[in-house]
Amino acid sequence: MCLAVPGKILEIQENSGDRRARVQFGGITRPVQLDFVPEAKVGDYVVTHVGFAISLLDAEEADRTFKLLEAMGLLEGEGLSPSPQVPDKSKAA
Amino acid sequence: MKYIDEYRDARIARALVADLARRVTRPWTLMEICGGQTHTLMRYGIDELVPPLISLVHGPGCPVCVTPLEIIDKAILIASRPEVIFVSYGDMLRVPGSHSDLFRVKASGGDVRVTYSPMEALKIARANPDRLVVFFGIGFETTAPANAMAVWQAQREGLANFSMLVSHVLVPPAIRLLLSSPRNRVQGFIAPGHVCTVMGCREYEALAREFRVPFVVGGFEPIDLLEAILMLVTQLEEGRAEVENQYVRSVKYEGNLPAQAIMQEVYEVCDRKWRGVGLIPQSGLRLRPEFAAYDAEKVFNIEALATEEPAECISAEVLQGLKKPVDCPAFGKHCTPESPLGAPMVSAEGACAAYYQYRRHAVPV
Repeated sequence: MCLAVPGKILEIQENSGDRRARVQFGGITRPVQLDFVPEAKVGDYVVTHVGFAISLLDAEEADRTFKLLEAMGLLEGEGLSPSPQVPDKSKAA
Repeated sequence: MKYIDEYRDARIARALVADLARRVTRPWTLMEICGGQTHTLMRYGIDELVPPLISLVHGPGCPVCVTPLEIIDKAILIASRPEVIFVSYGDMLRVPGSHSDLFRVKASGGDVRVTYSPMEALKIARANPDRLVVFFGIGFETTAPANAMAVWQAQREGLANFSMLVSHVLVPPAIRLLLSSPRNRVQGFIAPGHVCTVMGCREYEALAREFRVPFVVGGFEPIDLLEAILMLVTQLEEGRAEVENQYVRSVKYEGNLPAQAIMQEVYEVCDRKWRGVGLIPQSGLRLRPEFAAYDAEKVFNIEALATEEPAECISAEVLQGLKKPVDCPAFGKHCTPESPLGAPMVSAEGACAAYYQYRRHAVPV
């Protein structure tokens, strides 16, 4: 039920305060309401749930954290132990 | 698809599992709250991939499963009326009420329509001014803002033939109930990533402090969940009980402020019954009095209807993480997705349905 999927904004239409986007999810595009992510631009990725974008994906944060994971995977693939450090995730606080 | 495929990388998964095996020294019981996460864990066999010292139990985070029987009965009453177009998310149609379900209402001529977005229900209301359009507003904090927008928009447009049957539920009060139970055995929680995308992390800090239990906000792909489990086990082994965020690409500490603002404007917090669990104080949302004209329970005057839940299956214990679906004598025998006894077998995200779909081979028949 809380399924929400990342997709790329292809186009934004504005109509008397109503901001709506055409968003691409893999092979399909869907209309998505942008009421909750007013700062979203064409080319951004948004996480969408029941027709509403609920977050703007933080591309920098995603790249940074994924690189740490990827490094772990590479080391493991070569039969080396990954670093004993857990990826440096900032505490939520 | 970007932001999905890379989080299913088998090599990274192996590295995370290997790191987990190095860190874990004692048995730990962890719970994922969200049914979407339960589904991923089962689909990818993550519960069997992690070291045997780690036990995963499944939480009550499937709104279809916890929507109380009396709300289903109210939905069936409303949907059976000839002047009504009843619009719902698809999962709700097969949930058994006391005597029927919405599918049977549809089969016997009721105008029951399935949608993926509450804005579709508004469209249907605009296109059918001579009919009463009722939207079934269920879900956790993830869905509540979108449903709130539909009501807010209906009021702004003066759409008089639209109303919503509201049964929203909130995650933190349910966790509080689980942690307060003397039977609780959960030592760490994967917090629901999309609920926290909307609400942020603050609510979970109070729970972590009060009960000295760690929380890691987790995403929905297999790598997300393995990393969240690793972060939880690391905290537990180090004796920490903090709130950490694994799902940083979507979750901000403060959450989504515009979404919280519309929830605040349209809803107020109320006590709510959870199917299989019972009444949880301050665990639901209902429409504020200013939006009473859009409250289907008031429009159709059915607020007083109350239904007692039959002891039909062990779903109460499954939803609280006390038992697993396979512990139920009915599981896979006279309770299947085609003919469910309880709601967790109905929804694709229900723990029983996830086990049935991915673990049938393990069930003795």
